[in-house]
Amino acid sequence: MSAPETKGTGLKWVGRAIRRLEDPALVRGQGHFTADLSATHWVRFVRSADAAGKIVNIGKPGGKMVITAADLTGVKKITPMLHKFSYRPIGQPILADGVVRFVGEAVAAVVAPSEEEAEDIADLVEIEIDATAPLTDARDALKTGAPQIHAEAPGNIILEGKVKTPGFDAVWDGAAKTIMLDARSHRQNATPMEARAGHAVYDAASGRVTLNCTTQMPHLMRTAIADVLGMPESDLRVIAPDVGGGFGQKMSLCAEYVVLVWLARKLKSSVAWTEDRRENLIASFHSRDQYITLEAAFDKDAKLLALRADVVSNIGAYSCFPTTSGVEPLMAMAEMPGPYDVQQYQCLARGVITNTCTMAAYRGVSRPVITFTLERLMDKAALAFGIDPVDIRRRNLIDKFPYKSAMGLEYDEATYKETLEMAVKAIDVPAFRARQKAARAKGQYLGIGFATFSERTGYGSPAFAARGMEITPGWETVHLTIDPSGFVEARIGSSPHGQGLRTTLAQIIADEIGVTPDIIKVIHGDTDTSPYGWGTFASRSLVISGGATLIAARKIRAKLIKIASHLLEAAPEDIVLEAGSAKVAGTDRSITIAKMAREAYTQTHKFKGEIEPGMTESGTYDPPGTFSNACHVAIVEVDTETGHVRMEKFLVAEDAGKIINPMIADGQVHGGIAQGIGNALLEEIIYDDNGGILTANLADYMPPTAREIPEIELHHIETPSTQSITKAKGLGEGGCIGAPAAIINAINDALTPFGVGIDEIPATPQRIRAALREVEKAARKTA
Amino acid sequence: MKPAPFIRHVPKTLDEALKVLAEVAPEDGRILAGGQSLVPIMAFRLAKPAHLVDINEVEGLDRLHSDGKTLSIGARVRHGAFHKNVVDNPLGKLLTFVGHHIAHYPIRMRGTFCGSLAHADPSSEWCLVSATLDATMIAKSARGERTIKATDYFQGIMSTALAEDELLAEVRLPLLAADAKFGFNEFSRRAGDFAMSASLVTYTVKNGKIADAHVGVGGAEPSPRRIAEAETALNGQTPGDAAFRAAAEAAASAIEPLEDHQTTGEYRRDLVRAVVRRALENSQS
Amino acid sequence: MSEKTDITLTINGNDHAIKVEPRRTLVDAIREDCGQTGTHIGCEHGICGACTVIVDGEPVRSCLMFAVQAAGKKIRTVEGLATDDTLHPMQQAFMDHHGLQCGFCTPGFLMLAVGVLEREPNISDDDLLDVLSSNLCRCTGYQGIIKAVRAAAIEMRGK
Repeated sequence: MSAPETKGTGLKWVGRAIRRLEDPALVRGQGHFTADLSATHWVRFVRSADAAGKIVNIGKPGGKMVITAADLTGVKKITPMLHKFSYRPIGQPILADGVVRFVGEAVAAVVAPSEEEAEDIADLVEIEIDATAPLTDARDALKTGAPQIHAEAPGNIILEGKVKTPGFDAVWDGAAKTIMLDARSHRQNATPMEARAGHAVYDAASGRVTLNCTTQMPHLMRTAIADVLGMPESDLRVIAPDVGGGFGQKMSLCAEYVVLVWLARKLKSSVAWTEDRRENLIASFHSRDQYITLEAAFDKDAKLLALRADVVSNIGAYSCFPTTSGVEPLMAMAEMPGPYDVQQYQCLARGVITNTCTMAAYRGVSRPVITFTLERLMDKAALAFGIDPVDIRRRNLIDKFPYKSAMGLEYDEATYKETLEMAVKAIDVPAFRARQKAARAKGQYLGIGFATFSERTGYGSPAFAARGMEITPGWETVHLTIDPSGFVEARIGSSPHGQGLRTTLAQIIADEIGVTPDIIKVIHGDTDTSPYGWGTFASRSLVISGGATLIAARKIRAKLIKIASHLLEAAPEDIVLEAGSAKVAGTDRSITIAKMAREAYTQTHKFKGEIEPGMTESGTYDPPGTFSNACHVAIVEVDTETGHVRMEKFLVAEDAGKIINPMIADGQVHGGIAQGIGNALLEEIIYDDNGGILTANLADYMPPTAREIPEIELHHIETPSTQSITKAKGLGEGGCIGAPAAIINAINDALTPFGVGIDEIPATPQRIRAALREVEKAARKTA
Repeated sequence: MKPAPFIRHVPKTLDEALKVLAEVAPEDGRILAGGQSLVPIMAFRLAKPAHLVDINEVEGLDRLHSDGKTLSIGARVRHGAFHKNVVDNPLGKLLTFVGHHIAHYPIRMRGTFCGSLAHADPSSEWCLVSATLDATMIAKSARGERTIKATDYFQGIMSTALAEDELLAEVRLPLLAADAKFGFNEFSRRAGDFAMSASLVTYTVKNGKIADAHVGVGGAEPSPRRIAEAETALNGQTPGDAAFRAAAEAAASAIEPLEDHQTTGEYRRDLVRAVVRRALENSQS
Repeated sequence: MSEKTDITLTINGNDHAIKVEPRRTLVDAIREDCGQTGTHIGCEHGICGACTVIVDGEPVRSCLMFAVQAAGKKIRTVEGLATDDTLHPMQQAFMDHHGLQCGFCTPGFLMLAVGVLEREPNISDDDLLDVLSSNLCRCTGYQGIIKAVRAAAIEMRGK
């Protein structure tokens, strides 16, 4: 094995594309994933095949263990809470209790010695449901007289966000031109390659249960499960071992995990459940099912004056914990104005309950949808004004910072215009236009699409409090230790699962305390061994956990300098930490960090009570939040005969502040774009009229393969964030946010000669052909 | 997603296989060859066969042989066998070309030609090949052997003329004329997915005119078949855009399209029009 | 339940004598009965490729084979790629080119790429892209995987 680039001296670690510390185990198949654990008992959930109705009877096979709601006495419902926006709390029973509200809702849990047998028994459980007509579409659920899915939520509205800036009407009425767009985003599933899994084991000696599960938020899962089961939190340990991707789907509390902990306590044994792919597609969390009507008012020079939005977000059958089902509609409302300078804004954002799988966060949350809507509208406006899509953005992008949005959000220093210009130059627009023209003459339809956007990242508890959330998952804590052997451990409350945070945090620590990343272990994901914290989601971990790490590392640094100053008998300001040693500047006097650490534990008398024993420091960080930004450019070819869209090229100019590890940063963008391509072209959860899911396998629900992803070219600007002590901004979601917009704009650009508008994602070949066929029919008629 | 229990039988000879199949067929016994279509539907428990007759160890069924007139493909011949040219005839090149469109590499290592035909998915590339080239199916059972013409064999979505106790032991494909041209095109949304429509064409050119045109369409109707209207539009015409477009239009009109929640009949006709024309345009010898 | 049969699976040269039902898939047997959990399960219906292993020199989906069918065959899994401290060039290339993030699909991609390149060392870049479209990855956008496999292909050809 060649030496990892995690050794060396005299170099700064931050900013370097070092190999990941996570990788050696993972490429050897030595990762620890939840489903790798074996158990005495295996659970299979029996799920409703009906979308709505009363449970008349549950027929259980004799002699088998089948748990239903009736067995779960004293177990509370999952009832997330929001204290704003007319939110109506609705409860989700751990197993369906009397009624079912979506296809896939767990009605019973079968326990057996193997997964196969559990499934055999589950096949014998007969659930009799007096089925009623389901509501799967949010607009249908809003209709007067629609059946009410939860008694607590009249009209099937769970929350309603409203905003209107003073003076809106006057500005609107004075506009030179208004442009409207009816946008539709169909439903998606985040589809991590590892579906959910849980493993709960009871320890007789302590009376504790250890739950391994595929979560992005181990500490909060512990709090939430203890709450629901009414047990002391100290009796529960939650471990998120290696987690095979989450993308938001693994943020929320799963009723299934509650059942596992309940069973482990009841059976005083080990109990496991591994979700299969079908369950994941029908019963894990969904997202992005929205209708947005967006109108924009412009002055005569195509300067945006005001935006008016109506957001209808299908939140499914229940509200997710902890974010609540406000996560999509409220995000849409808060960030709709995007990167544009517009001070007049009106929005109505509603969360609508339907008989579908519960909605939860998925990478980007609402922003892929609102960015697609706003960016498509800007292109429509450019066409109406007869100007270039790039030009309308130049006229409207924010260029003075800090900027306060119409919603009161503070945008820190960003480079909206600079990234646009960088992208325009790199893609060579004039050359493309020439190629496009030549291709059209041959019946080939190429298109280019731009998306400019901001990505709110690394926001702390005030941002969540502003939403009225009962749980404000904002801050992070890091406990940093140099152990007596001189090796470094960072115990973090965050819970990475593929983002390479062990590596990037090690880079931050290494620079601060003068050691190499290879001697740093980042420990996370275990409530027994890591400090309370929130987890990895919302493009936050590098900013917030990274900030906490830097704070702790600075304290360690200060302590090391103090110790060195004592031991080397030099002034603190003369001490330099580098290459694993403290040196007195300008002399050959030095002492290794390892020796100082050892003495901090074993020779404390030397410090005469002036220095605390040990070498552990804690850092906590709760920042206000910062905005990354990017310009995405897609070049596509639309096959007008089949409706197929071929991605030819994707280019990104991104500013995510200070980049800690360029390789990891690029990987995040690449992955986000691939999901955005799936979002734009391929992926759609489809319900039939009975509320059944037609896309319950990976042939029908289509994450892209390597063939569907084009070459992705990345360019970076690094504007240090003033709102983040590491100067880094988050970038986990950006790829996903901009890609659908750029692709849809490119498709529409390609189809300009036909005069059709594609305002729906995914832009499937069927939808594109349907639009073209209308044009062809009309042309035949006039001919 | 674990299959329901079954009893596995592992015959070593064809006679043994046919005997056990005859015994278990009435109790929902089925053949297991490559398993690349059967095992997924068992995982979803859409199929719960009580018995599987695993023919992977049956001697002789891996035979792939040409007698100069036909290519015989035994029940154990896997898709991957066609990664290389198996016969010195345009048919060999055709099979390699089409075979690369079947699912993905690891699936081709296991899945079998005859298994695809027995499964009879409307989109199957090998079913399209067999229908277009007028293959002959050799069905064997303890009762004896019979040959089935492609036109009689395919009976709808995942439905064939095979009786429950019959094994599709062999498929015979006629070799093509030495100067035959072939073209293939299929449309799927992602690489390797089942085609939403596909077309295979073969023809020869005699005195500058198309002769003996075979135009097969798959994935668009419950079973793949030759489209006589498209063939008529080609035979006797000069190969080129006008003839190809006329044939594509004829095929698009002739089909009775499969429809589903996303895919209308009109869209399926659009696809057929495109794949037939592209198969013709891309035809090679 | 149906009757269990005794079989021996040879994984990375080690014999595992196990007792399985005929319906036990190869991937379940590798993981549950033989304890080799490096091979992962992503879909159990042959689409995602997370469970790809090499059986008698051929990369296959181990969710679409029954364990009993693999008795007597040579099975190779991710655990067998490295020799002691030396990573296989493919593993090294995945680390060097950021071919993995969460690592869940990685064993399947490694076995797919190694399996195909051992059979077809001179495969073209375009055909290799077709091969890589066999498996799904949700993290990397495939950019790092494609780079890694192309780099490893060059390395493997050189040996």
